Amino acid sequence: MEKLLLLGDEAVSQGAIDAGMSGMYAYPGTPSTEIMEYVQRSKTARDRNIHRQWSANEKTAMEASLGMSYAGKRSMVAMKHVGLNVAADVFMNAAVTGVNGGLLVAVADDPSMHSSQNEQDSRYYGRFALVPILEPSNQQEAYDMSYEGMDFSEKYNLPVMIRLTTRLSHSRSGVKTKEIKDEKEISYPADPIQFVLLPSNARKKYKILLDKLTELRKISDDSKYNTYFDGEDKSLGIIACGIGFNYFMENFPDGICPYPVLKIGQYPLPTKMVQEIDGECEKLLVIEEGYPMVEELLRGFLNKEKRILGRLDGTIPRAGELNPNIIAAALGKGNGKTLQVPDIVANRPPQFCSGCSHKDVYEALNETMKLFGSDQRVFSDIGCYTLGALSPYKSIHTCVDMGASITMAKGAADAGVRPAVAVIGDSTFTHSGITGLLDAVNENSQITVIISDNSTVGMTGGQPSSALGKLENICVGIGVDPDHVRVVTPLRKYHEEIVDVLNEEIQYEGVSVVIPSRECIQTLTRKKKKT
Amino acid sequence: MKSDIILAGVGGQGILSIAATIGMAALENDLQLKQSEVHGMSQRGGAVQSHLRISDKSISSDLIPVGKADLIISVEPMEGLRYLSYLTDDGWLVTNSKPFKNIPDYPEIEKLTGSIDKIENHIILDADKIAHKIKSPRSSNMVMLGAASPFVDLPYKSFEVGIEKIFGRKGEQIVKLNLDALKAGREFAEQSVKTELNN
Repeated sequence: MEKLLLLGDEAVSQGAIDAGMSGMYAYPGTPSTEIMEYVQRSKTARDRNIHRQWSANEKTAMEASLGMSYAGKRSMVAMKHVGLNVAADVFMNAAVTGVNGGLLVAVADDPSMHSSQNEQDSRYYGRFALVPILEPSNQQEAYDMSYEGMDFSEKYNLPVMIRLTTRLSHSRSGVKTKEIKDEKEISYPADPIQFVLLPSNARKKYKILLDKLTELRKISDDSKYNTYFDGEDKSLGIIACGIGFNYFMENFPDGICPYPVLKIGQYPLPTKMVQEIDGECEKLLVIEEGYPMVEELLRGFLNKEKRILGRLDGTIPRAGELNPNIIAAALGKGNGKTLQVPDIVANRPPQFCSGCSHKDVYEALNETMKLFGSDQRVFSDIGCYTLGALSPYKSIHTCVDMGASITMAKGAADAGVRPAVAVIGDSTFTHSGITGLLDAVNENSQITVIISDNSTVGMTGGQPSSALGKLENICVGIGVDPDHVRVVTPLRKYHEEIVDVLNEEIQYEGVSVVIPSRECIQTLTRKKKKT
Repeated sequence: MKSDIILAGVGGQGILSIAATIGMAALENDLQLKQSEVHGMSQRGGAVQSHLRISDKSISSDLIPVGKADLIISVEPMEGLRYLSYLTDDGWLVTNSKPFKNIPDYPEIEKLTGSIDKIENHIILDADKIAHKIKSPRSSNMVMLGAASPFVDLPYKSFEVGIEKIFGRKGEQIVKLNLDALKAGREFAEQSVKTELNN
């Protein structure tokens, strides 16, 4: 047992390692990336040879994690909130199959969209799949929930979701660790058809899942992560979920709060406790990071008594991350006079690094697109290169979900758009771009796909790319004409050549792929420092 | 004891090394600590901040409330001003004077120093120049920490221990360069406060 200074993400990793995890699976995504990175740095993980390689995407990661669970060993899969959309198929069905070895699904949401395209709330997925959700309010709970979550998962034969949000994921604090457990031995599920979701069996399994729900509600009432703190002033009761509890308590510096408070850390909601606070208090204020999920459940559609306060009635803003000041305002406490930020302070948005290969790609692309007339549109994707949508390049016009550049370009080409151009990164391409390219090949769509290959997962900090050294072979392998898979080097001195290649390939009446390939300046600098 | 500190800078300037050193110094004194960091997109040359809270009592929020920060340490003159609404009435702004210009509409430096001068408790220093002068050019962040250290309620020795723990694995020479930088920053701040009092 020792005391460590850990990010919320890292506390989850350490908890799983200490609980005897044998395999960790993930695809990088802010704010979840550090969960895997910590396991990769961990000495215990190295000594035990815990699986800790990145997967091609969140779906393959979760399936591999489920496979390890099938084999009787404990595993964890981690992703950002939108990654769970990619893994949703296996997630929903793993709830029906159940698990064998403990299986934790760690999902980090990004309210306020610091580094994401939306702020969806993963607790809805947990509810949707009918699995238990653990939502830590601090780093110690993140550790404990992960450590105990493995037992919980095995006891109820279900995957367990651990839901984090950006602020806890990326905040550091002291964590006391527990005794490290042995890994599990390989053992198959006792029921050979447990994982066979043929309709006849799936119906039985679904019934079992529904029956478990009653049990899960009961244990939520006894969970140490759901706590009732009584208070004298019954005019208002507080239901505070996860990190929302901290922002609330920050408003009571001496730790004494006049209102009854129900702190929620485990779902489904504890029925008795919620009934108790509802019976005691005139009104209820629901504080939750993310969507108003609990609030909506308590309020109901008709909201007849108008007793439930939160994001839906405007007591708390409907969108965005919480903070202590938002909660102060919700409690009718002023935030006092503050110093003014001078008007001269300019915005400083993120931007391409000096020497980044994507910049050379966009210089060439902009010049090429001009040859085809004004107001040309380019479909793109998710990664560092998405910054090409901003000034000064303004080269790309879409960023929707991983892989969508290729398929959206195809759809636009189907509609008659010429030229139909997609820009995607190397890692995004192997994450979710390959199948889209196959669609285009099968219909000989007239699209040009630029795979801007910087040989890394850049935006999340330079993790190894699944695509490394494989891009040309993948494209040719799924049927792109080898004459129209062109590799160029994105450097200023080759600018004219790149423009020529792009121009030729855009004019080709079929699927063409241009691969500007040069390593990310950040990973390159790091490598040079090491040697 | 409590100290709520906001660290400000631009992605890539390494403000987290300052946070880590103060954090280590706080642990050395058996204090509670919460430190939130910015990861992801903003690290690509955007504005970044870190909230660091240390206290002898348990800490609730990972974020410092507006108007409650005791200290802003900024490694860049514009970035410290961005978080001014967080500062208490008697809080300190300790800022580097060397601008990091990576945007077209970066304000004139005179206007920035003018705004900084209006803040009652502030220290402005060219940490890069000081780091060069003491032949430790890559330690400007530790110069900044040194200049801010009088305003954090921890013994000076603890910061030195913090540096030894954070930079220890990089070798004795690196530790020494950073200790020198810390000292140079501290001396600048003490001198600056003294001059202010004499005026």
